[in-house]
Amino acid sequence: MKTTRRKFLQFTGAAAGAGLLLGPKNTFASVAHKDNSQQYAMLNDTTRCIGCQACEQACADKNCFPETDTKPEIGTQRSTGTEALSVINANDTSKGIIFSKTQCMHCDQPACVSACLVNAMYKTDEGPVIWKESKCMGCRYCMVACPFDIPKFEYGSLNPKIRKCVMCFDRLGEGEIPACAEACPQEAILFGKRGELLDIARKRIYDHPTEYVRHIYGENEVGGTNVLYLAGVPFEELGFRTDLGTIPYPEYTKTFLYSVPLALLLGPAFMLGLRQATKGKNDKD
Amino acid sequence: MNTTDTSTPTYRRAGQDLWQFIKSELKPKGKLLTPFNIISAPIILVGLVLIVLRFTKGLGATTNLNQEFPWGIWIGFDVVTGVAFAAGAYIVTFMVYVLRMEKYHSIVRATVLNGFLAYIFYAGALALDLGRPWKIVNPIIGNSFGVSSVLFLVAWHFLLYMMAQFIEFSPAIAEWLGLRKLRKILGTLTVGAVVFGICLSMLHQSGLGALFLLAPAKIHPLWYTEYIPVLFIVSSVFAGMSIVIIEGTISHRVFRHQISAEHHAKHMDIMVGLSRLAAAALFVYFFMKILVLIHGMHWHELLTPMGYLYLVEVLGFVVLPFVIFVLGAKNRSRKLLLSGAIISAVGIIFNRLNISVIAFKWYAPVHYMPSWIEVVVTLAVVLGEIWAFRWVANRMPVFMESPQWVKTLDTEVEHPVPVGAVPVKAKKL
Repeated sequence: MKTTRRKFLQFTGAAAGAGLLLGPKNTFASVAHKDNSQQYAMLNDTTRCIGCQACEQACADKNCFPETDTKPEIGTQRSTGTEALSVINANDTSKGIIFSKTQCMHCDQPACVSACLVNAMYKTDEGPVIWKESKCMGCRYCMVACPFDIPKFEYGSLNPKIRKCVMCFDRLGEGEIPACAEACPQEAILFGKRGELLDIARKRIYDHPTEYVRHIYGENEVGGTNVLYLAGVPFEELGFRTDLGTIPYPEYTKTFLYSVPLALLLGPAFMLGLRQATKGKNDKD
Repeated sequence: MNTTDTSTPTYRRAGQDLWQFIKSELKPKGKLLTPFNIISAPIILVGLVLIVLRFTKGLGATTNLNQEFPWGIWIGFDVVTGVAFAAGAYIVTFMVYVLRMEKYHSIVRATVLNGFLAYIFYAGALALDLGRPWKIVNPIIGNSFGVSSVLFLVAWHFLLYMMAQFIEFSPAIAEWLGLRKLRKILGTLTVGAVVFGICLSMLHQSGLGALFLLAPAKIHPLWYTEYIPVLFIVSSVFAGMSIVIIEGTISHRVFRHQISAEHHAKHMDIMVGLSRLAAAALFVYFFMKILVLIHGMHWHELLTPMGYLYLVEVLGFVVLPFVIFVLGAKNRSRKLLLSGAIISAVGIIFNRLNISVIAFKWYAPVHYMPSWIEVVVTLAVVLGEIWAFRWVANRMPVFMESPQWVKTLDTEVEHPVPVGAVPVKAKKL
């Protein structure tokens, strides 16, 4: 009886532990693909951008950041920061100077969201990827994971926040469009539904085959993003990473995550069996 | 660790007041002004001041972390390497409690204690690195379960494994405090805690590697592979064994007076056995590294600066310690075994730092280097762990024999008197 009870406890303990980790349903539902054509998205047409920084200014105003004092220049790479969620860079390309805008790509299956252990990084049903202050513990794993190096951390603060473009999620709720898209005098930033923006992008390429390369950046990159780009030159020339592949980032850890409940269920059984098998004449149990 | 303390510690006797006993145990034992103390105490003190600075001035003022490099040595060394070093506990408990290799029973407590303290100190250092540490309970309390995150699993496994290790070690605390009934109960929990602990341990050893699976475009192709989790488990075996050999060799000298003659005689056998296991793990690891290299088809990278670093890691810190361990085990040479263990432990530091820091964004024009504050705090954490280990080992039955009453108790547990059976004595009457 004695050993039976102990074994019972061991097994229930193991099963409870495994159950806990298996527990919340739809563990992997968040990475399952769903139709995102109706989600909010943006189309940045780099052939139209004149580098006027109106979008940067609008973004700073909206988020109460100080005005930027740097201009896009060839040879210097400006990157987003805790007080600049969207920046314009000048690129020296085979077709002359082309400006490009950098901000969060709002991936369909974001690396940052699958990295976040407290759901502080959150992919909304509407499309934008947002950050929840009340949940974040500041581990910065999202920064490690993000293929575009977008999340920025306020290292100087004692109450640091993760800063990134959230596609003006609050403005969207009020029926407005993102500040940058509203401010752009060139209509280089189009805001709309992802499916429609893809149609527009394809039409522009079709109508002006000499002006555009046949590549919509963000259509398939890392599984697709909600910010799309058009360009007149290959995207490498604009400093875009074109080596990221089309596999959504959550896929990279999926196999490992699947193996966890399996190991927790089979491991204890295997080891107790092994312990039984190695039992000698004089051993207890 | 130069404790030249010769007074054999005593455990709490039956009837002795518990609080008085604990109070008397809090006093330092042994000489205070040893070379180890003179060097380590100031470092720990400075480390403590720096930790206060980190919480009052912020991460930006104390570390060299930046937007490009969000993780530095507090993660790469303290957590990722520290946990690999704590692997000895799950391997030795596996050998003793699952495979019943009684030969290693005498080192179980020291190894588990070392593993437990490593988790507390090294993983505790994680709290320093968190930008918003007051939110640290978020992954544990409901509504914030990021179940698709590897880090979520790692956090939970940390927590559960620390509890499992505490249960594994708790009989020693009960023996120290002379709590017989508690000791009896805790003793029965060991096997369960061990079995569950091994599963958790293997999962988060690999989990720490799996964290980096999310950075395929940022880690140098010679280090990034989908097999990182498997490589982490296999390398944790020789990492753990190396630390057990190093700790065992030092402890054997420092706590010499506490170790029984019988254990003394067996010590070399144990070290040889462990180094054989480490050698086997190193061989398997080397084989897997080669497979991954062939599979990944990144040979051309071998003749770049990063490639040289890779070759140093694989040849100098995998093949070399393998050879030394094999020779050391063959010749039963304490010196060879210790040097093999040191080289493979340094190799683990090198490998873990390569994946988490050095080969991470190897293409960045300005690479992260730890600030002196990060280095001193890390040293303080390591030394603090050694102090805690020594404090416990000088008081509780870690190397020393358990009190006499434990033997009677264990015999009772092994051969219980059936309920309702008439005691033998009563028959005679």
